Amino acid sequence: MSPTANVATLERPTVALPGTMRLDARVPEGSLEQKWDSRKFEQKLVAPANRRRHTVLVVGSGLAGAAAAAALGEQGYNVKCFTFHDSPRRAHSIAAQGGINAAKNYKNDGDSVWRLFYDTIKGGDYRSREANVYRLAQLSVNIIDQCVAQGVPFAREYGGQLDTRSFGGAQLERTFYARGQTGQQLLLGAYQALMRQVERGTVQLYSRREMLDLVVADGMARGIVCRNLLTGELERYSGDAVLLCTGGYGNVYYLSTNALNSNVTAAWRCHKRGALFANPCFTQIHPTCIPVSGEHQSKLTLMSESLRNDGRVWVPKQKGDQRSPHQIPDDERDYYLERRYPSFGNLVPRDVASRNAKTVCDEGRGVGETGLAVYLDFSNAIGRLGRNSIEDRYGNLFEMYARISGEDPYATPMRIYPAIHYTMGGLWVDYQLMSTVPGLFVLGEANFSDHGANRLGASALMQGLADGYFVAPYTVADYLASTKLAPIDPRDEAFSSAVSDAQAQIEKLLSIRGKRTVREVHRELGLMMWDLVGMSRNEAGLRKALNRIPHLRAEFWSDISVPGTGDNLNKTLEYAARVGDYLEFAELLALDALRRAESCGGHFREESQTPEGEALRDDANFSYAAAWQFNGAGKESTLVQEPLEFEYAHPTQRSYA
Amino acid sequence: MNFDLLVWRQTAGAAPGKMIKYRAEGISPDTSFLEMLDIVNEGLLARGEEPISFDSDCREGICGSCGFVINGRAHGPDLGTATCQLHMRRFKDGEEITVEPWRARAFPVIKDLVVDRTAFDRIVAAGGYISVNTGSAPEANSILVPHQDQEASMDAAACIACGACVAACKNASAHLYVGAKVSHLTLLPQGKPESAKRALSMLRQADAEGFGSCSNEGECEAVCPKQISIRNIARMVREYSRATLLGTDS
Repeated sequence: MSPTANVATLERPTVALPGTMRLDARVPEGSLEQKWDSRKFEQKLVAPANRRRHTVLVVGSGLAGAAAAAALGEQGYNVKCFTFHDSPRRAHSIAAQGGINAAKNYKNDGDSVWRLFYDTIKGGDYRSREANVYRLAQLSVNIIDQCVAQGVPFAREYGGQLDTRSFGGAQLERTFYARGQTGQQLLLGAYQALMRQVERGTVQLYSRREMLDLVVADGMARGIVCRNLLTGELERYSGDAVLLCTGGYGNVYYLSTNALNSNVTAAWRCHKRGALFANPCFTQIHPTCIPVSGEHQSKLTLMSESLRNDGRVWVPKQKGDQRSPHQIPDDERDYYLERRYPSFGNLVPRDVASRNAKTVCDEGRGVGETGLAVYLDFSNAIGRLGRNSIEDRYGNLFEMYARISGEDPYATPMRIYPAIHYTMGGLWVDYQLMSTVPGLFVLGEANFSDHGANRLGASALMQGLADGYFVAPYTVADYLASTKLAPIDPRDEAFSSAVSDAQAQIEKLLSIRGKRTVREVHRELGLMMWDLVGMSRNEAGLRKALNRIPHLRAEFWSDISVPGTGDNLNKTLEYAARVGDYLEFAELLALDALRRAESCGGHFREESQTPEGEALRDDANFSYAAAWQFNGAGKESTLVQEPLEFEYAHPTQRSYA
Repeated sequence: MNFDLLVWRQTAGAAPGKMIKYRAEGISPDTSFLEMLDIVNEGLLARGEEPISFDSDCREGICGSCGFVINGRAHGPDLGTATCQLHMRRFKDGEEITVEPWRARAFPVIKDLVVDRTAFDRIVAAGGYISVNTGSAPEANSILVPHQDQEASMDAAACIACGACVAACKNASAHLYVGAKVSHLTLLPQGKPESAKRALSMLRQADAEGFGSCSNEGECEAVCPKQISIRNIARMVREYSRATLLGTDS
């Protein structure tokens, strides 16, 4: 299959037309530093008195959603914010541990907006859009200011100034942190800003609601259909714009570091209504997770990348060495990251660290009962800095490890192994963060825009907040001010048909009464995805996955068991609907991985590697974002390419040696 | 390992509930408490029965979704541990374990072990924030925060709003929850201007939601998965007293 099959180019239509389309990223003219400023000046504004006439629907309440809802509410828009949790503060952003990057250069160690831009582009293996990444780096400094003003208790020096630390893929200290709970503290800042608007009446909060469909009328996103998870009622909400802030799709692998309820449903259903889905195969495997121990496991737990600041990664030099780590003398240990990448050492980017862990385990040098783990050893750091320092920096992470593994990481090296953590792919958006459905904006992890093929540590929080606080409030205003929006009534046909589609699906799930549990099918899908579309991919494996997924999907729709009814809290039903969508989405992920016959970032194709076993990009053929158009269930999607041009950061073979 | 579970089942808020016995068999000691319930639920599903409903999400003790009263103790036997971080190796083989929802008037049961904790959100909406609009922040390092203040603020900010403090309190008081938020913000220079008003409005809202008052038993601190100290309650009371005596402009 040719990688460029089904490619179409035409003028960008205002509506997602079936068949063919051309993607216009709407990147402003001018030099990189001036693009965002000039766009802000070109954009149309909505006068303060007119803002309350516009209803904006924000789906999701994590960093991107809470920040956008709060910022738009502050400006006076009529905002409705939806979350499937009982409280917006439970969104999965809360679990981010390590930190948030910003080009403040407080450490005087050579940082700048340009440097953060360059590190992010290079870290993403030259598969992201330059203009977006530059804007992200610019806004990073405003985020820290905003969060401090909200009362986010970032770590401080003794003089009272903010402290920073280093993170993977960077040779300086630009990562701000609040112990190992940075995501929690940033989310609480955004949540509190959101609740302040709820009190002021600018934001209405709808909790325990799951978005099941996007309503498109006259080619524009004009509403959503939600299921009230407590009553089962399908509710209709109309508005002038929809902001999708629903996170990533890592749980397609069943086991991941994502929270259990994180899912692809809202994004996938927008995709089916015309929003192109870009780069689904760009998934991030995080190198430092607690290894899988048995079938009972429901999720994997991440140990923050910040641990690699002081922990040294090693395996025995000898294959099948069964000795306990203490019995293995230093000269019989292979500190393989320090050996292979002397300048970055243990702080190479995530994709590189993960692949190397897999390589040494495949060589038979893995440790622990399963042989699928490597050591992360703090004995040197404890010797050098004292146990107290290590406890101050990582106390909560060490505790978490001890609880899960039953071992004391101060005494015995941690055992870690890579796991699915983050997804760089997502709905395609232009520079304005608008999808191919006009009026549908996509923010945070749910979009594809800033991290290319690999995200650097401490950059997800940065992007969620940049999108929510500082990008969407401008671009949404421009859209509202420049678009003619006819009045819309939730009783309109577009709503009714979306409701009946959702209703039919729920009834179908409840009526099958088969023998397989949702979890069984999800686990089977996840294992297959991990084996065939996981850390290392090849053509034969991907074809096998593409062949097997439809069979599993058919089995799901004929043999699934969902007890209970649809008119009250039914968690099995919620879960079944999500897994139903994963079973469709998984196929697109595998197809994208098959078409991208190069290695880049987190997408490693065995057919494309350097003699040293590093990911080998193929810029001549694959320097594009792959945006997929949905053509109906069971039909192959169409690939639409957005070519990537690098004016400033010239693609080179990444080297961290 | 095998366990006999006594689990609270209640089909809806208005319906009567009761303890039902289940058997959990062949459980690995490395299984977490929630994964053990997952296994029991898989067994129920295989028989076409409705599984036990409970909230849970991150399963690493940070989102605050989960939490039951296990053997009479909120979040079970381990100190500083949320239910999702509790592992079955902590229990004896063959042990009988009771599992109940949080019980408080302000946390009505929705179904089985799921309760409604939206009262907590309304308390934050009443004043649990610093009033700063997006875009109006000064340069971050222009606000100096002494290291020890920042550390004390962070200790309080670690609250995950699980509600265990309320469940453990004989008065179903939310004072530890409110105190933690008041402390988090009051200890920082950015939070000082609204400090009196904040304590007053949040506590008034807590009263309106039906949470009880504090009688200094310290049960809340004992079960808090983040080990938040009751000193935060004292700080909140100080702010509250100042506000009631001197007015909220003080």
